[in-house]
Amino acid sequence: MSRLLVCPPDYFGIEYEINPWMRLTNRVDHGRAVRQWHELVHVLEKNLGAVLERMTPIPELPDLVFTANAGVVVGRTAVVSRFRYPERQREEAHLENWFRGHGYEVMTVEADLYFEGAGDLLGFPEYWFGGYRQRSDIRVFPVLSEHFHREIIPLELVDSRFYHLDTCFCPLSGGDLLYFPAAFDTYGQAAIAERVPDKQRLTVPEDEALKFACNAVCVGKHVVLPVGCPSTQAWLRRRGYETHPVQLDEFMRSGGSAKCLTLALD
Amino acid sequence: MNQYQESVYLQGHIIDSLVLAKVLDLILMMGGTFDLEDVHIGKTREEPSRARIRIQTGSRPLLDDILKAIQPHGASIEREANCRIDQAPADGVLPDGFYATTHLPTQIRLNGRWLDVDRIEMDLAIVVSETGSSAHAMPMGEVRRGDQIVIGREGVRVIPLQRPQERDVFGFMESQVSAERPHSHIIADIATRMRQLRERHRHGQTDSKVLLAGGPAIIHAGGREPLTWLIEQRFIHIVFCGNALAAHDMEADLFGTSLGYGLSAGRAVPHGHELHLRTINRIRSIGSIEAAVTSGMIKQGIMAACVKKGVPVVMSGTIRDDGPLPGVITDSVRAQSTMRALIPGVGLALLVASTLHSVATGNLLPATIPTVCVDVNPSVPTKLADRGSFQAVGLVMDAASFLSELARLLGRST
Repeated sequence: MSRLLVCPPDYFGIEYEINPWMRLTNRVDHGRAVRQWHELVHVLEKNLGAVLERMTPIPELPDLVFTANAGVVVGRTAVVSRFRYPERQREEAHLENWFRGHGYEVMTVEADLYFEGAGDLLGFPEYWFGGYRQRSDIRVFPVLSEHFHREIIPLELVDSRFYHLDTCFCPLSGGDLLYFPAAFDTYGQAAIAERVPDKQRLTVPEDEALKFACNAVCVGKHVVLPVGCPSTQAWLRRRGYETHPVQLDEFMRSGGSAKCLTLALD
Repeated sequence: MNQYQESVYLQGHIIDSLVLAKVLDLILMMGGTFDLEDVHIGKTREEPSRARIRIQTGSRPLLDDILKAIQPHGASIEREANCRIDQAPADGVLPDGFYATTHLPTQIRLNGRWLDVDRIEMDLAIVVSETGSSAHAMPMGEVRRGDQIVIGREGVRVIPLQRPQERDVFGFMESQVSAERPHSHIIADIATRMRQLRERHRHGQTDSKVLLAGGPAIIHAGGREPLTWLIEQRFIHIVFCGNALAAHDMEADLFGTSLGYGLSAGRAVPHGHELHLRTINRIRSIGSIEAAVTSGMIKQGIMAACVKKGVPVVMSGTIRDDGPLPGVITDSVRAQSTMRALIPGVGLALLVASTLHSVATGNLLPATIPTVCVDVNPSVPTKLADRGSFQAVGLVMDAASFLSELARLLGRST
């Protein structure tokens, strides 16, 4: 059974600009955002059978809703994020307390090593991929690799619109992968192609990548993804997945979608 | 030193991710070069790999740019130790464990910065200035009590020579010495260099002097006239020799013989073996070679040309010397340091027909100075070429032929 960490969007809004999607002038319809979030939660619980842990939202931490960036959980160990931007560094103490309060052994990385959690660390059971350059520092991956005895293949993110790895890269339960190659340089593209065979890899079309088709949540053979991504959905169905499109456009104003709103807890 | 370098570490899963390939490509694309050192590839998928990369550039700003560009890919500058220093315990005595130099460009790390070692030469120690702002190589005998001497190998690095940019014989030599090799193109390249150096020397540019170290076989073999011409035409700016070369050169001027043999007829003249002694005696009576030349006693030849053109001559004595001539330095340590003092500014060294002076001079030269060794005995050029320098060229040939051909190529009519 999958356990996911979520945080209700009580204080969600755009209060600063730290990625190309965020515009202070682009106001969030708060009521609509709350309804979209509840729809996501409903799909995760009812359709996917996931168990959700709800983190208490905190005033003035509008991005706490994006729990994928809280850290990474492996077994009973939680690696708490060190955010690149001061706007989100304010979340760190709260996140650390939450993990400690829920019985996790908390691991922190050196203060000058930025690491934005499951936003930049994704993978298959045997090996992981680490996104770097936009937010996380590549030097954090050897540290995590050694600690968790997992291979971590660093991938440089070269397009600021895809500022976290989970915005352009989504490993699925059956060893399949959704990704948007143009978000990586040729070295990264070659490294991905080397690991994931052609037929298991979907190059998401640009219009769907920009709707964050890759910011999908996969639980077993179910995939929750943003609405408006028909090609991605069709491919997923051909690969045997059941798709669950959810309207999350209010969160896209902040540069996040389904995956950003959840964190897998082992 | 025209070379800048820094070592960086890269670790993690850098092979399959192509991060190592990317970093190396970046270095090359930006105009640097690299040496891969200590590459360790993880034995299992989980085990990380690591690489130490030494980056070299032609300028400090380029090195900084490259370091800045590769740092986001995880390349971290090696944390290097400063060199260790100990005081010389007494005059002429180095502290235990002193660092012994090579003739290659060398740097020491002091207060976190790499510093060039000035006046590098093989088999010396490195002394650091009191302020720690400079360092230079120093022979054991010149060390004074309390001098700050570099000890151990930590914080010392030797920079391998790059092949010179000029695409001439110095750039392609592979330190092989053979009597069978054609000489003409080698001598032509040397002549080209000497023409360029004379031009640079006229304009007061650095490292433009040509040094010739020679033995008396130059005179016996018939190389006196071309060498005189080369000095008069200002192609040669410093001469190292012994008592014999100077004595036979002036003997030739006074008596027309070299060690008693008539230079033109090639026959032994009666009582000819005395003539070099008579020559030395005359110079001793007038007081100096310079006085002999300026008074008109000595009119022509190598020594006369040197005096007239203001070319410094260092004459080092040996045990079997006759006389010796005034000006011959009989204290070998003083001779060595007098020769050493003239090395800075040298851009080409010609070591001709002398085992003693060629080896002595060769040992004083940093590897960066292009060096030509000419001798009929292959063991001398071989010894010099074995010094591990790209820029040492050995020619197994007779001194007179070499000097005549060189002078001809530089415009001397024969």
